[in-house]
Amino acid sequence: MISKFIASLKSFLIEVGEISYFAGRFFKEFLFPPYEFKEFLRQCYYIGNRSLFLVGVTGFIIGLVFTLQSRPTLQEFGAVSWMASMVSVSIIREIGPIITALICAGRIGSGIGAELGSMKVTEQIDAMEVSGTNPFKYLVITRILATTLMLPLLVIFGDVLAIYGSYLVENVKDNVSFQLYFNQVFNILEFSDIVPATIKTFFFGFAIGLIGCYKGYYCKKGTAGVGKAANAAVVYTSMLLFVIDFIAVFVTNIFYKM
Amino acid sequence: METKKEPIIIINDLHKTFGTNTVLNGFNMILNEGENLVVMGKSGSGKSVMIKCVIGLETPDSGSIFVMNKEINRLEREVIDELRTEIGFLFQGSALYDSMSVRENLEFPLRRHTKKFGKIEDTTPLVMEALESVGLANAINLMPNELSGGMKRRIALARTLILKPKIILYDEPTTGLDPITSKEIILLMKSIQEKYNTSSIIITHDVDCAKAIANRMILLIDGINYIEGTFDELNASNDPKVQAFFK
Repeated sequence: MISKFIASLKSFLIEVGEISYFAGRFFKEFLFPPYEFKEFLRQCYYIGNRSLFLVGVTGFIIGLVFTLQSRPTLQEFGAVSWMASMVSVSIIREIGPIITALICAGRIGSGIGAELGSMKVTEQIDAMEVSGTNPFKYLVITRILATTLMLPLLVIFGDVLAIYGSYLVENVKDNVSFQLYFNQVFNILEFSDIVPATIKTFFFGFAIGLIGCYKGYYCKKGTAGVGKAANAAVVYTSMLLFVIDFIAVFVTNIFYKM
Repeated sequence: METKKEPIIIINDLHKTFGTNTVLNGFNMILNEGENLVVMGKSGSGKSVMIKCVIGLETPDSGSIFVMNKEINRLEREVIDELRTEIGFLFQGSALYDSMSVRENLEFPLRRHTKKFGKIEDTTPLVMEALESVGLANAINLMPNELSGGMKRRIALARTLILKPKIILYDEPTTGLDPITSKEIILLMKSIQEKYNTSSIIITHDVDCAKAIANRMILLIDGINYIEGTFDELNASNDPKVQAFFK
């Protein structure tokens, strides 16, 4: 039992070490030419465009549901007028970034893991190397940069639709006007809500790209390995997102107390 | 009188181990200019690992590999990339890029290896020439998933040829193909050798392929070059380990 635990711990630590090395290689290689701009822009388009609808619909529904669920409790305390403030702070600070990141971990992270895994087992990555291309630069750096830059944009898009969804509920239930609702939203929001929440989304995006690429790039042989790579990319990324979120909140609190 | 041909690839005392599995245990080989050298061996005997070492995709544990008088393991990445323009590699599963059309697959190495050809504005003539040499000029706009196994192998060969390499490494070129398509690929390999005067290492299990194309053969057994000779010499050998391949 203990030896099994030690073996699991050892393999976990080895994996953490390998992922850290992979991240180190990213920082080492992305600074130096050649730069794969065309592939980077293509990845930005794919990652942003492919997730836009899903993130938008999810954000909108979360806004609707969150408002509907919170309404009875706020009504009990006679605090329905605080709805816009409560929803906007919750969405911007926490729910928007983490939900969008989790959706993207499932949509983008698994996609990257499966794509690179399949390229690995069919020797396309080797073929790329033989063709005079550094596959790490062409496949990994472009994807990690694209997820890092696209995730904040997706989060902003999701946040806006979530708040709009919340406004629709308020408008239907209490006939609250668009101007009044959004005035309340912008009155309550401060830089200390928006800036740290936006900064952490860059880290979320980086984590999604990094784990997806790592799992795909080092995919074991065989088609089963591709499935495992895609699955592991989602599981590892989801866990890592919560760890990053905790650290981000912790650091933000320290920073604002100072 | 036949002139003596220069060695183009020299492998000395190559060792490679994966974990506890030793696949190459002092392998030696010389490929001469214009020669078709067939390397046969059982599955997992290290044949593919050996040619991947030649092109720098695997790093040997010890030993040396000289390609066109350059020791591949001591070269900087940029120099290896440049040398790779002279070495074509046909992968076992063709390894065409799924997300790219046939044209883009062929253009990819051409646009990357700019040192050999310079920056090419219009790649169409070179792409067409390569596709015509494998008899698939009309497949230029198809995607890899629209191609049969034999067509994929031909397109992969065209992608290899587009850089006009001096050496071609074939990793099991006929594996997974029906006998008729296998014969077509073998004929294609022979015609390419005649047309472009390439030197080739052919990794195969296929005795018919070896018989048709080999100038010389090596049997890789237990990580070493167990026996060398022409197809007829090896076929006539009484060694049971050798005969096992030809029965």
